[in-house]
Amino acid sequence: MPSVSMTVNGKQVSGTVEPRTLLVQFIRENLHLTGTHVGCDTSQCGACVVHVDGASVKSCAMLAIEADGSTVTTIEGLAGDGDVLHPMQEAFRDNHGLQCGFCTPGMVMSAIDLVNNNPAPSEHEIRDWLEGNICRCTGYHNIVKSITAGAAAMKGQKAAAE
Amino acid sequence: MSATGIGASVKRKEDFRFLTGRGNYTDDINQPNQTYAYILRSPHAHAKIKGIDTAAAKSASGVVAVFTGEDMQVGSIPCGWGVNNKDGSPMNEPFHPALAQGKVRHVGDQVAVVIAETYSQAKDAAELIEVDYEELPAVTNSEKAIAPGAPLVHDDAAPNNMCYDWELGDEAEVDAEFKNAAHVVSIDLTNNRLVPNAMEPRAAIGDYNKGTGEYTLYTTSQNPHVIRLLMGAFVLQLPEHKLRVVAPDVGGGFGSKIYHYAEEAIVTWAAGKVRRPIKWTAERSESFLSDAHGRDHISHADLALDKDGKFLGLKVYTKANMGAYLSTFSTCVPTYLYATLLAGVYTTPKIYVNVKAIFTNTVPVDAYRGAGRPEATYLLERLVTKAAKQLGMDQVAIRQKNFIPADAFPYQTPVALQYDSGNYEATLKKAMELSKWDEFPQRKAEAAKRGKLRGIGISTYLEACGIAPSAVVGSLGARAGLFESANVRVHPTGSVSIYTGSHSHGQGHETTFAQLVSETLGIPLENINIEHGDTNRIAFGMGTYGSRSLAVGGEAIMKALGKVVDKASKIAAHLMEASVEDVEFKDGKFTVAGTDKEVDFGTVALTAYVPHNYPHETLEPGLEENAFYDPMNFTYPGGCHICEVEIDPDTGTTQIVGMTAVDDVGRVINPMIVEGQIHGGLAQGIGQALLESCEYDDSGQLTSGSYMDYCMPRADNLPNFMATTESTLCAHNSLGVKGCGEVGAIGSPPAVINAVLDALHELGVEDISMPATPQKIWQAIQAASMPAAAE
Ligand code: FES
Ligand code: FES
Repeated sequence: MPSVSMTVNGKQVSGTVEPRTLLVQFIRENLHLTGTHVGCDTSQCGACVVHVDGASVKSCAMLAIEADGSTVTTIEGLAGDGDVLHPMQEAFRDNHGLQCGFCTPGMVMSAIDLVNNNPAPSEHEIRDWLEGNICRCTGYHNIVKSITAGAAAMKGQKAAAE
Repeated sequence: MSATGIGASVKRKEDFRFLTGRGNYTDDINQPNQTYAYILRSPHAHAKIKGIDTAAAKSASGVVAVFTGEDMQVGSIPCGWGVNNKDGSPMNEPFHPALAQGKVRHVGDQVAVVIAETYSQAKDAAELIEVDYEELPAVTNSEKAIAPGAPLVHDDAAPNNMCYDWELGDEAEVDAEFKNAAHVVSIDLTNNRLVPNAMEPRAAIGDYNKGTGEYTLYTTSQNPHVIRLLMGAFVLQLPEHKLRVVAPDVGGGFGSKIYHYAEEAIVTWAAGKVRRPIKWTAERSESFLSDAHGRDHISHADLALDKDGKFLGLKVYTKANMGAYLSTFSTCVPTYLYATLLAGVYTTPKIYVNVKAIFTNTVPVDAYRGAGRPEATYLLERLVTKAAKQLGMDQVAIRQKNFIPADAFPYQTPVALQYDSGNYEATLKKAMELSKWDEFPQRKAEAAKRGKLRGIGISTYLEACGIAPSAVVGSLGARAGLFESANVRVHPTGSVSIYTGSHSHGQGHETTFAQLVSETLGIPLENINIEHGDTNRIAFGMGTYGSRSLAVGGEAIMKALGKVVDKASKIAAHLMEASVEDVEFKDGKFTVAGTDKEVDFGTVALTAYVPHNYPHETLEPGLEENAFYDPMNFTYPGGCHICEVEIDPDTGTTQIVGMTAVDDVGRVINPMIVEGQIHGGLAQGIGQALLESCEYDDSGQLTSGSYMDYCMPRADNLPNFMATTESTLCAHNSLGVKGCGEVGAIGSPPAVINAVLDALHELGVEDISMPATPQKIWQAIQAASMPAAAE
């Protein structure tokens, strides 16, 4: 069986997988990082979104071996072990952007990628971007609000850092 | 109002773990030495099983065991509600096997289970199972299923595929009203079948401990105690004290996770056989084929009116598709959660309802967000708007003319329910203001200049929730009580754990319930923990559905808190050497009227557990109380939803340009959470109206079995919502609360369709079915313009 190694949330990890093992399976089953979820089998729900080399990826649509050598960030890696949330996580909490929490990790990871590429997205751009992230609980109203607020907070944080 | 008490938009306590990936959903749980199950499902809608050869699968790599229906001889998966026929005879209730017994009745029916070291090994081995099927003709539509000569889903166990033929009201009495009517308005409607689609697929882990003889089931459930009862007592014959059911974090339910499912029984039973834990997690395509579906009614209704538009009588005839088997609450949905709601917010004096529940070769149908009440609301609100058009009346005026007035409560309807409170004029007025109803003609004219058809639709609705008074539902056929339990455990240092029988799967109970405690005991939220979802830790519970958590579960907590305060007051009186009658409790402090004596809640808690100076003659040590609460009546949220749409006549595309919901949900504990619940309900209601439809072809294959062909609402399908509350207080519970989980999905579908039809009215389109897809709208526009073109 092939072996893979990659950097996940800042840590070097490796393991043996089947050629057909999906990245999401490697993350959940080998690494026991269960914050990344599986909501469908047709790569449409976005519950499994992680960052691979800085860009959002549906980890159910990528083989573990394809991620060999790459740098992966999952929802667990955003805030690390501290109590301080990433501004996007904080914005979701402040704006009630989550209910059952199942779509949430994918939503947050996807939203951060959007804002990294478009620092001040309009409501329309946010709704458009979320095409690949399904939420059954919130009706998206508060998710859109959260991402708008999260984008502003990320901008503020960046400005403060500069 | 305190910052953390009743009425405060407190940020949710549960969010930190969900936002950091530390939720604990069933599939996140792993047991030592765990195996994995794959369920082989029927590819046919209806077939005899002539034989199953599992030999090759059993010897495949990694396989631990393979079981079929022949191996798993257990009880029938039970139905929780018996409904009688018109003539008083009981409904037909065919055997519901966990693994198929000689016949499969829908695509997705469970045929065998393969248990292996890994999930892929189980799935690969399942391909080696040879099932010898003799295919039978199938029927998926309820009307076709009761036609003579239709294939029989349950053979002799349900002649004519009839589960029951039930009625409410006196048909002859209602007919008499029709004789005096100046107008009769009729409508034929289909309430489209939906797939609930909670984002977390169902999962179950069964475990057996040989040492203690105990079984444990982890499951994605809205009500673990109900699962313990149904599976333990009826299917597997395991007593409660040897069966623990845990429902950890659950990723949405919307009804679909109420029911006891075959997979739960399969992994629990099989864990006892293989003596190892077994995990099963549905793939999404399995969810489509095995989660209970919702709605699927075909109805005809006639409304009699006098010359001024006053409603005189209503007759409704509905065929409800039950699917292939009776799911847990399936039978009460089209009867007691539907027919009893057909008075709506109106004074209609005479109502007759006939419901035929029918078996077909489809996935079982059960409660989905709103359950029966969206079907009733859709029928009534489409009919009332149609009546306004037919009589040339204003669609608001006809409603106002027939509203139950605000001073008429308690109000007894002709369909069994007694409404305790409401003010339909108030919610209507506020919704009309917020949606700028009066300026609609200008907006329509402006849209017309852009080539768009603009329409506005309204729905004034009511629902019954806070389910439910046990005595009432018992007399109507419920086979369980519908109370709730709570335990308040005050710890020695004054922090508090609440053990509730309600279950949170997105509703935010950990916050809302903590607010009740903070308000009552005057302690901060961080000193309060809400525990739920484990039959070994929670005394009892009937779970979460029918918008009952706050109105029933919250009331149980209030009752237990009341007992805690009573006992704590006695301890405080002892400490302050005062008479208990003189002790007051406020903001976490006990005081004696007219003195400066004071003792705080923490000191009393500590005294209860370190009872050195304590009234031992009259009080037991400790500070912990239980309560069970059984409501006196249902609660009756209601309100007004207004939808505004723009349709592109060239493409048939509908855009929602305004969605206003003003709901009377009783007292609001956390406005932020309530609004969130309403948003979610609106999204599902709009989904039903414009996007979602579960479709079968004639052979019984599900043609909308994935997110590629079942159109889930995405962010870009939906508008921002204007959702707010305008409440009257519930008259029969201490908090005055009614419930908010389902209102969005109940009130909105007719508002959306009425808006679509309003937009299309000028083109002569009079009817459209849900979901009103661009294709259907475009076709309706073409069909309506045909006669004109021919002239
Ligand atoms: S699990 Fe990856 S998109 Fe659904
Ligand atoms: S919060 Fe439940 S699916 Fe989005």
